[in-house]
Amino acid sequence: MSPEASTAQSLAQTAAEMLSQGQVALVIGYAPTEGKRLSPPVFVTTPEEAQRLGFDSRCFGNLSVYLWSPQVRQMGKTAVVVKGCDVRAVNVLLRENVIKREDIVLIGVRCGGVGDLPAHKCTVCDCRDPQGCDVVVGDAVDQPDGAAEGRYSAAEALEEKSLDERREFWQRQLDKCIRCYACRQVCPLCYCKRCIVEKSTPQWVETSAHPRGNLSWNVVRAFHLAGRCVGCGECERVCPMNIPLGAINQKMAKLMEDEYDFRSGMSPEEKAPFTTFSTDDTDEGIL
Amino acid sequence: MIQTKHDQDDTAQWQPRIVAFLCNWCSYAGADLAGMSRLSYPASIKIIRLPCSGKVDPMFVLKSFERGADMVLVSGCHPGDCHYTSGNYHARRKLKAFRELMSFLGVDPRRFKFSWVSAAEGAKWSKLVEEITAEARELGPFRTFPEAAKTEASQ
Ligand code: SF4
Ligand code: SF4
Ligand code: FES
Repeated sequence: MSPEASTAQSLAQTAAEMLSQGQVALVIGYAPTEGKRLSPPVFVTTPEEAQRLGFDSRCFGNLSVYLWSPQVRQMGKTAVVVKGCDVRAVNVLLRENVIKREDIVLIGVRCGGVGDLPAHKCTVCDCRDPQGCDVVVGDAVDQPDGAAEGRYSAAEALEEKSLDERREFWQRQLDKCIRCYACRQVCPLCYCKRCIVEKSTPQWVETSAHPRGNLSWNVVRAFHLAGRCVGCGECERVCPMNIPLGAINQKMAKLMEDEYDFRSGMSPEEKAPFTTFSTDDTDEGIL
Repeated sequence: MIQTKHDQDDTAQWQPRIVAFLCNWCSYAGADLAGMSRLSYPASIKIIRLPCSGKVDPMFVLKSFERGADMVLVSGCHPGDCHYTSGNYHARRKLKAFRELMSFLGVDPRRFKFSWVSAAEGAKWSKLVEEITAEARELGPFRTFPEAAKTEASQ
């Protein structure tokens, strides 16, 4: 049996057991489908349907985005299939008290990387073996060495450019934004019931796809995720205009690591830099 | 005086617009003291009083730039002196990161100032405004947004 088939089998078995024993009411996982570019999410409520579950290199989605949706929550206790990197998003949701650990079951799956050419996050991944899950399935995978190098390569490449070059670059990129908010919808950490872009008294962010509002929107998105974003790369993947959002996220993540020795989502107990302060923080650049 | 598009383009007449967010307890009182001590400082600065520097949402800064500010200043109590004990510590963290983000996106970080001015520092305030106004004049009008808007209009 191929590794993929055996992982699928263990996933199906685990899910079917949980459902038939009434441990969970719902299992959210991936349903790899012939001929599709991506393995779509599937919501399984009966042991029979559990046969559809599987895992392969097309399982891009970060399914933790569903954990806080009211529709999912009203169904009862939910199990979710998570890759090691997805667990980081779950950890943030836990640390921010969005979900409770006892309301969810984490089915970890060992992952060798997603994408035909592995996604950037996979080339620098240091969590192929999911931590803190209730069950972990799948064959052991190699953890690439030297993963920390290049973690922020996209941001660093831009940092090397001059201010003017960066402005020109981002102006061109952000001009493309059509304000579909796909980046927000797909983000497991964009859980606000009412996003600032929807607030109209006052109108904080202009809503038309105009360069002025586009910059504000993208700055706000990045800033509200600073110290929270786990770099799952979903926003960049779904952006229909191919705006390199990952570079902006990397910039903020790098800042958090350099300044506060902090990487978001490594544990559910961590304290995010922006929820606290130190009297020793630098006064550099303050007049 | 409301600046028209014309005198904005004419550097001889052009005056920078600086939006300043001051905390009520220190920096605003400092600016007030400067006034009461009859220390003059450029009128380029438009002061907005807030309870605390910790109240400054990066959104305020963005909005100021959007609406034509050439420079934005946030000023609060010195570390340890915040009326709410830690508002300025939170502001220091957040705003530093914000400045870095803006600079990453190509907005000149020199356009975003942050200072500590106490209620007793009227002289510091007037000197500070003098200095940053000179710097703002040197930097010239902030064009990222209008320029971006123009590109779109011409399409
Ligand atoms: S990479 Fe994008 S989608 Fe993922 S957590 Fe960060 S901002 Fe959200
Ligand atoms: S997904 Fe892309 S185009 Fe859509 S709002 Fe986000 S950045 Fe803009
Ligand atoms: S009251 Fe002045 S900074 Fe908080």
